Amino acid sequence: MDAIPTTALTPDSGHASVRADLLGRMRGASGPYLAGVAVCGMIVAWALFAWGYQIVNGFGSTGVRRPVYWGFYIVNFVFWIGISHAGTLISAILRLTGAEWRKPVTRAAEAITVFCLMIGGLFPLIHISRPWFFYWMLPYPNERLLWPNFRSPLFWDLTAILTYLSGSVIYLYLPLIPDLAELANHSKGAKRRIYRALSLGWTGSDRQWQALERSMKLMAVVILAIAVSVHSVVAYDFSMSVMPTWHNTIFAPYFVVGAIFSGIAALVLVMAALRKMMGLERYLREVHFVNLSKLLLLMSLIWGYFTFSEHLTTWYGNLPSEIRVFQIREHGLFGMLFWTMVACNFVIPFVLLGISKLRSIPTIAVSSAAVLVGMWLERFLIVVPTLSTPPLAAAWGSYAPSWIELSITAGTFAAMVLLYLLFVKAFPIIAIWEYDDGVRAR
Amino acid sequence: MAEQTTQQAEQGAERTPQWAMAIDLDRCTGCEACVVACASENNVPTAGEDQAAMGRTKHWIRIDRYYEGEFPDIKVKYRPVMCQQCDEAPCEPVCPVNATYQNAEGLNVQIYNRCIGTRYCANNCPYTVRFFNWFAPEWAAPLNLQLNPDVSIRPAGVMEKCTFCAHKIKRAKLDADAEGRELADGDAQPACVQSCPAEAMVFGDMSDADSKVAKQLGSGRSGQLLESLGTKPRVFYLEKAD
Repeated sequence: MDAIPTTALTPDSGHASVRADLLGRMRGASGPYLAGVAVCGMIVAWALFAWGYQIVNGFGSTGVRRPVYWGFYIVNFVFWIGISHAGTLISAILRLTGAEWRKPVTRAAEAITVFCLMIGGLFPLIHISRPWFFYWMLPYPNERLLWPNFRSPLFWDLTAILTYLSGSVIYLYLPLIPDLAELANHSKGAKRRIYRALSLGWTGSDRQWQALERSMKLMAVVILAIAVSVHSVVAYDFSMSVMPTWHNTIFAPYFVVGAIFSGIAALVLVMAALRKMMGLERYLREVHFVNLSKLLLLMSLIWGYFTFSEHLTTWYGNLPSEIRVFQIREHGLFGMLFWTMVACNFVIPFVLLGISKLRSIPTIAVSSAAVLVGMWLERFLIVVPTLSTPPLAAAWGSYAPSWIELSITAGTFAAMVLLYLLFVKAFPIIAIWEYDDGVRAR
Repeated sequence: MAEQTTQQAEQGAERTPQWAMAIDLDRCTGCEACVVACASENNVPTAGEDQAAMGRTKHWIRIDRYYEGEFPDIKVKYRPVMCQQCDEAPCEPVCPVNATYQNAEGLNVQIYNRCIGTRYCANNCPYTVRFFNWFAPEWAAPLNLQLNPDVSIRPAGVMEKCTFCAHKIKRAKLDADAEGRELADGDAQPACVQSCPAEAMVFGDMSDADSKVAKQLGSGRSGQLLESLGTKPRVFYLEKAD
């Protein structure tokens, strides 16, 4: 491993030393790093095996059953698409409002968006029982003049997610371009040629900088609009139905808030891990965590308000079909999960982040982990209780996942870690050029 | 559909029948003959013990039981429930590949080949009468020897449900054509209707005022299941008003 400069670095120290430090961190790989890649790789391979088993043996090898036709896969789908909002919110809003402290945070956030969309976008494929026909959902030209059903929320979903994925890939890529040129300058052989090609002929001329700034601003605006629409459409999968408690006007904004909430939590956790494992204390300072924790606290309060409103109206309205869902969701096994969710999403962040004396990097990380657990439970409690109590009592049922769903769920978390581990060695996790005084002066 | 209607008008051909069913709950004894008849008519596979325990049985028609009063003064009411063939079917718009739609005769048809298995339709059916093929279908011997050649076997991973015995409707039409006559009331009879010993079920064209089913619907005793949802089912339940 090449020596990493040990001189004290702050974002205000010279661009050259920042560059040398960040480029140095991409070289070589430690033992724990390789072990992490190997372990994650094995879990991902096991999940792929489970998916293959499901395809070959039939969808019945999952735990999904009548009447709960949707299970873990849809829960995971909503969860991962939700987390993908980390990048958009932090990066786009902070870029647009010109918040200077965002600099070391944006790329880590944008990478989360792309990876979460890649993972979340896989779930519809895993979820359908004949994935080899998935392209029937696309409006492709065919001799039988068959079209997808434009009225289906699932078609809107597909459109929204593909748009979001392409948009956020561009949004991750644009600010990478100057760093790619820099990387090319500091590499040799094939690596140099790859980075050179990826940098699209970047020379750093005035015209190029202006074009880049303009397109990043434009994409920030575009991606914000897309992000809000994407999670609204995910909510419409539920609220467009006729099922009790799903058919609900609050779901679209509730889902957008929940998505941003879990996105910030994921970003904080990733940042805490990067800081610890890569020794980025000089860049990711306490101020970043504290600023993000304030956003997290705000989202926690909004989430609590939405949850309260949703449950209050269901309870007070007392419609027979809805109150049944309400009752099973607040009692028994679902009840335990429900109150765990309330504790994770509201009580823990409210206490740890609301009391300023308790606010520190460890407590912020703990709150974020709690929020991720809570938000996963929230999606589970939206999908399963409603489906297990359809309007006709004769059809009531239950759901428990099989080893297939559990393996695939574990596999997606491992895939997220694996993608991140590979990313930090291929690209600088902190945008180097943002520390260039010359660029900043522009 | 518009094209079809014009063609029929030009030929002065018969109207498009509007299929409907009336089920007299005051006659139903809950014997489940309809359930058995349906399974054997439509090649509905058995699930096996383990799968049945999980809740993966397939019954295109089932008998729901409603209890009134306290034990021992208890009264049981039976209600056969199958696909309600809704005019405003919640299952149809949600399918991303148009694998289910309502045809000109009012039947909600399921296109097995087109289904990719999102299972959204089954979630959005308030009657829970859509069934999924978790595995490739199997019949324990000797059931495999009595499969109906008129009904396709559904592969693993697709949705299925009551068709109002669409194949029997088609057969009745072909027979009527061959004999050079119009389709008469009672020519097309689903298996459940044929097998009902109490004659609680009546099937026919509700747009024909002289049909048995149309008369039943006009009896003043008829209602629909979960009527308040506005799904406009084609299955009507007759019941003495209390």
